[in-house]
Amino acid sequence: MEEVLHTPVQRSRGNRATTLVACIAAACALAIVVASGLVLYSQATVTDFTAKNLAPSLAHPFGTDWMGCDMLSRTLAGLSTSVLVGLLAATVSSVIALVLGCAAALGGKRVDAVISWLIDLMMGVPHIVLLVLISYAIGKGFWGVTIGVAVTHWPSLARVVRAEVLQCRESKFVEVARKLGQSPARIALHHMVPYVLPQFVVGLILLFPHAILHEAAITFLGFGLPPEQPAIGVILSESMSYLSTGAWWLAVFPGLALMATVLLFDVAGQGLRKLVDPHTAQK
Amino acid sequence: MTKYLARHIVRFALLMLAVGLVVFALVSMSPIDPVQANVGQAAYVNMSEAKRAQLASYWGGDVPFWERFANWAGALLQGDMGTSLRFNAPVSVVIAHRAANSLALMGIAWLFSGALGFALGVAAGARRGGALDRVVRSYCFLLASTPTFWLGLLILMVFAVQLGWFPIGFSVPIGVSAADVTLADAVHHLVLPALTLSVTGAANIALHTREKVVDVLESDYVRFARARGESELSVIMHHGLRNVALPAVTLQCAFISEVFGGSVLVEQVFSYPGLGQAAVTAGLGGDVALLAGIALVSAALVFGGNLLANILYGVLDPRMRIGEGRA
Repeated sequence: MEEVLHTPVQRSRGNRATTLVACIAAACALAIVVASGLVLYSQATVTDFTAKNLAPSLAHPFGTDWMGCDMLSRTLAGLSTSVLVGLLAATVSSVIALVLGCAAALGGKRVDAVISWLIDLMMGVPHIVLLVLISYAIGKGFWGVTIGVAVTHWPSLARVVRAEVLQCRESKFVEVARKLGQSPARIALHHMVPYVLPQFVVGLILLFPHAILHEAAITFLGFGLPPEQPAIGVILSESMSYLSTGAWWLAVFPGLALMATVLLFDVAGQGLRKLVDPHTAQK
Repeated sequence: MTKYLARHIVRFALLMLAVGLVVFALVSMSPIDPVQANVGQAAYVNMSEAKRAQLASYWGGDVPFWERFANWAGALLQGDMGTSLRFNAPVSVVIAHRAANSLALMGIAWLFSGALGFALGVAAGARRGGALDRVVRSYCFLLASTPTFWLGLLILMVFAVQLGWFPIGFSVPIGVSAADVTLADAVHHLVLPALTLSVTGAANIALHTREKVVDVLESDYVRFARARGESELSVIMHHGLRNVALPAVTLQCAFISEVFGGSVLVEQVFSYPGLGQAAVTAGLGGDVALLAGIALVSAALVFGGNLLANILYGVLDPRMRIGEGRA
């Protein structure tokens, strides 16, 4: 019966402050990962055949691989590549989503129909299949995977942008502004942008986890970053050859690190989403 | 009803045409030379000019794009999907052979993840804030950030390498002729890949179902049912499930696309000879016809999923039956 009567939850610290701190901490952690990865980039490919296939120890917390590379530096360098690819691809993807979403909402019936059909087409083929095709078309490598991820991840965000812009355009306050004789540019800048922007930023941040996971997946399949570059996908596909010999550390730690990175992005995005939406800002 | 059917058929045909065109355009854009990709660098350098030209025409390098596409689309209309250059067999044969493996894997994973996710979601939503709810939520949260293929690797390491309960890969035992493979063998090889796909698949649906159950339990009709003295179980069975089932069905049908994508990765990890693995082989080797065929099959599967959702709506929700008043 206690569900019928609501008692407000009392916390020692405000929820907004907690979420904000979590977001900032996540962003800092990500920055540290990228920075250390860039610093360790050259060290990641240093081979030492006297120390190959070592299990994790104090000197090599993540162990070493078959060429004696330190797996910790390889993992960090790979993560920073992944994060950078993810950032680039997700940003481009969100710009595509913004442009197409706005065009669909404001460009009239024809444009809307064409863009809706384009979205249906993109969603009609599994992501991985599309990624394989696009990456192959561009010739694999860094650009293959980045462009592939960038041009496949916009549909869901474009839908959100379209719905938001439509809702905003039909709203009372925009109608009032129009009746007051404000110019379309002023309406767009003062009424539409503040309304759509928060949703868009949250959508953008929540695109990162997808982008990073898909980058790793496509690299793992052999369509992404080339084997000589440090990347989590490369490390994991290499580790498959050593699984049966018991070299578990080759797969476990790099994967865990990737998972942690994706989780950080997710935490930051979900936290921001809660803050942006007044319904959940206090929860 | 006929109008409804006709609309879907036209949409399906348009989709297939567009997918075929996109695949062809993308593959012909590629700077990767299929001849070099398949014979290898050393062999290519040592090859005579005449041999190179012969191989190039075998891989269709010299035919213009529109002509190739027109030939392929024309043949497709007659039921001929072309010849897989990589497997040296008709595409339809390669796909049919592989699809049997893949559909078993995807079907099991799809059903199991749906059932598991739905059950977890209902259980978690019904006891919001309880121990089970916390466990389910953290599970979903973690799984959403876990790369499917890494999870596959972990499962492979634990159950196949360390414990040795299951085979390390493939769909049938090695060194046994095809006629001697029993159903038990096939199932034994299917367990780990299906488990990997199901475990990741359940997270998505569980989380959404939980949200929906929470919404339903806060509704006025549930409060009224409770006030009438209905038990918690009866409330969930009679007032919750039907309302919760609709979004779950939508999600799970849309999830076919993800299952296919996941199966590509999982098949690669477990060396399971299915469509996904064939797609990777075709992609790495520049096998246009096979790649196009698999893309079409995957698009058809996703379309089928959406259609299934539409049909199930009618079954679950009397307000949405086709041909009865409002659409």
